[in-house]
Amino acid sequence: MNRTLTLAALLSLSAASAAPVTLTYWQYDFASKVDTMNKLIQKFEAQNPDIKIRQETFPYDAYNQKVASSVPAGQGPDVVNLFYGWLPQYVDSGYLQPLPAKDFPAAQVDKTFVPMVQTSKIGGQYYALPTAVRTLAVFYNKDLLRQSGVLTPPRTWEDFIAAAQKVVKGAPPRFTTLGFGIQPDGQDYHVVREVLVRQFGGSPYSKDGKKVAYDSDAGQKAMSFYTDLFTKYKLGTPNFFPGNNSYRDAFIAGKVGMIIDGSFAVGTIQKGAKFNWGVVPLPVLKANGVRSNFGSYWVNGITKNAKGDKLNAAVKFLKFLTSEDTQRTWLQSVGEIPASKKLSNDPQLRRDPVYGPFVYALPFAHSTLFVDEAGQRKAWVDAINTVILQNGSTANAVKRAAADEQKILDGYYK
Amino acid sequence: MATTSEVRGERVQARSPRRSSLKTHQTRTAYTFLLVPLLFFLVVRFLPTLMALRLSLFDWNILKEVQPYVGLDNYRTLVGDERFGQALRNTALYTLIGVPLQIVLGLAVALMLGRVRALRGLYRALYFAPYVTPIVAAAWVWQWLFSPQFGPVNTFLTWLHVPPQPFLTSPNQALATTAGLVVWQNLGFQIVLFLAGLAAIPRSYYEAAEIDGASPWQSFRSITLPLLNPTLVFSVVTGTISYLQLFTQVVNLNFTDQGGPLGSTMTVALYIYQIAFGRYQMGYASAITVVLFVLILAITLLQLRFLTRRYEA
Repeated sequence: MNRTLTLAALLSLSAASAAPVTLTYWQYDFASKVDTMNKLIQKFEAQNPDIKIRQETFPYDAYNQKVASSVPAGQGPDVVNLFYGWLPQYVDSGYLQPLPAKDFPAAQVDKTFVPMVQTSKIGGQYYALPTAVRTLAVFYNKDLLRQSGVLTPPRTWEDFIAAAQKVVKGAPPRFTTLGFGIQPDGQDYHVVREVLVRQFGGSPYSKDGKKVAYDSDAGQKAMSFYTDLFTKYKLGTPNFFPGNNSYRDAFIAGKVGMIIDGSFAVGTIQKGAKFNWGVVPLPVLKANGVRSNFGSYWVNGITKNAKGDKLNAAVKFLKFLTSEDTQRTWLQSVGEIPASKKLSNDPQLRRDPVYGPFVYALPFAHSTLFVDEAGQRKAWVDAINTVILQNGSTANAVKRAAADEQKILDGYYK
Repeated sequence: MATTSEVRGERVQARSPRRSSLKTHQTRTAYTFLLVPLLFFLVVRFLPTLMALRLSLFDWNILKEVQPYVGLDNYRTLVGDERFGQALRNTALYTLIGVPLQIVLGLAVALMLGRVRALRGLYRALYFAPYVTPIVAAAWVWQWLFSPQFGPVNTFLTWLHVPPQPFLTSPNQALATTAGLVVWQNLGFQIVLFLAGLAAIPRSYYEAAEIDGASPWQSFRSITLPLLNPTLVFSVVTGTISYLQLFTQVVNLNFTDQGGPLGSTMTVALYIYQIAFGRYQMGYASAITVVLFVLILAITLLQLRFLTRRYEA
């Protein structure tokens, strides 16, 4: 009697270990990403017959909310795709587990990934890793610039302003064509904070990211420089077109000479623009001046739900997702640039007329560690708006942004 | 006619003791049926309200594992919160602009429509159309109308030699432009309400006034307004409540749900949304919800008392 029981128990145990492990993977719903991931999952499952991956996707607007509300319920994914800027919150809540050091040694990651990925290292440990990264560059309407007599795209900010002044038509608030698709709450506030502040010799935050450091001479100069594009040079106006992607939509409609946007916009612009367009790196103040860029990325992390066999499977899947092979597939089918240093140093990629300028910026791209992405953005957008909409002083605007953002940081790091 | 007298007959008979037990039975059945909506309201309406009250006493962040009890701290933070103050002032402004405007316009149009004979249905349909249009679509039309660059409103202003205006992109004009959309959308509903109210006033009163030599203004003041009082009270109270809860128009009209340039169109409801679903601070958001609830309740009670008393005297 006893023997049969033991036998039965042994049998069921061996059956359990032979059963495939099923992992749930979450990302937001973006057609090319979902399709590519489906193909990658097929490939991964073929290599690992004992692991099954179930992909679930949610609309972008509801995604963070969906992930966040799965935390207290103890449900949700084993491997999750997150915006790097959300990491502090998810690490803090204990939702993510650190990547096992033996599988992802920090020193190794530092060496093989582009520098901005180090933002995902919290307390010396990596919590998540990207497949691909994004940087900013200038998209310009070749036809519009040529018609206005601008034959070479700008390299310095001086060129940039001169070119935009030739393209712009109309006067505020009634423009018909913009020289520069200015949009503080688009990518522009990143440009002021992570690009202009550094180009003027400052640094936006303290080393540990806990203190705002742009309330400085460099910060003032950066704020004045940016707001002058609107107030002094009258190159364009925010919200030229209705909607949340006003500057990009207006560019695609052929009504804007230049915009600053991320590599993630390439697909949309490629599909929509009915004219010749090109991409050049973000301008510098003068030849050989400081180069800087803002980089961002989406990372894959392992949640606290993955334990035992599931954890082992999740590690395997994450290694697969961050492998060079996957990064190459991702570039070809999604159009995001690889996160691996080796791949982004590939001469062919660096020469690519569209991706080249984005790849070029990788070595000097900085990513900000947000503790409250929406709140920190609002602090900047409001400060810029006091200058361009209310004729406020740039000095006060910088002080205001610094005070507002410091309050948010203090609230988090208390 | 026959049915009415039958019903009356039954009522008279219902006073006999045997019938009364049947009546208790009927009442019991009625309450049993009413129990379903009652339970529904308890679970879906009152319970969440009470839970919000409880939640407002905690530092409840859905990303945190521990949700500490903080007493009235959330309410204290609220006192020093500039953005909440701004949202509150904006909401008051919306109400003060919107409610009187839509009542006056609604009444004026209803009075005119009452006189129109030809194409009456068409006019009513035209005025009612914005009310049944989805708010998102209406917001897009409004954005186009008031676009500083391409909008017909600015084209018209230029025609009149008035300089073009920035409208939604200006911190000074965004709120009024947004309120304009809400008034325009609600107008159809107001008109229908007033048309019904006006139709209920017997014609003979006006005829008598005319015979007595009353001017149109006199008969409006002494007949129309007092007899329209219940409709007016209803309009003021429901209008005020809807403006105090204003959300959808603001979100759809003012870019990236930030509440307009420099928060100039931000409302209390939108602020609650941002705190709750942007920052996940459910405790703090609940505290604001409770404050909004108390405000709406107080204002509604005051209005009911003040407005009804005044006309009854």
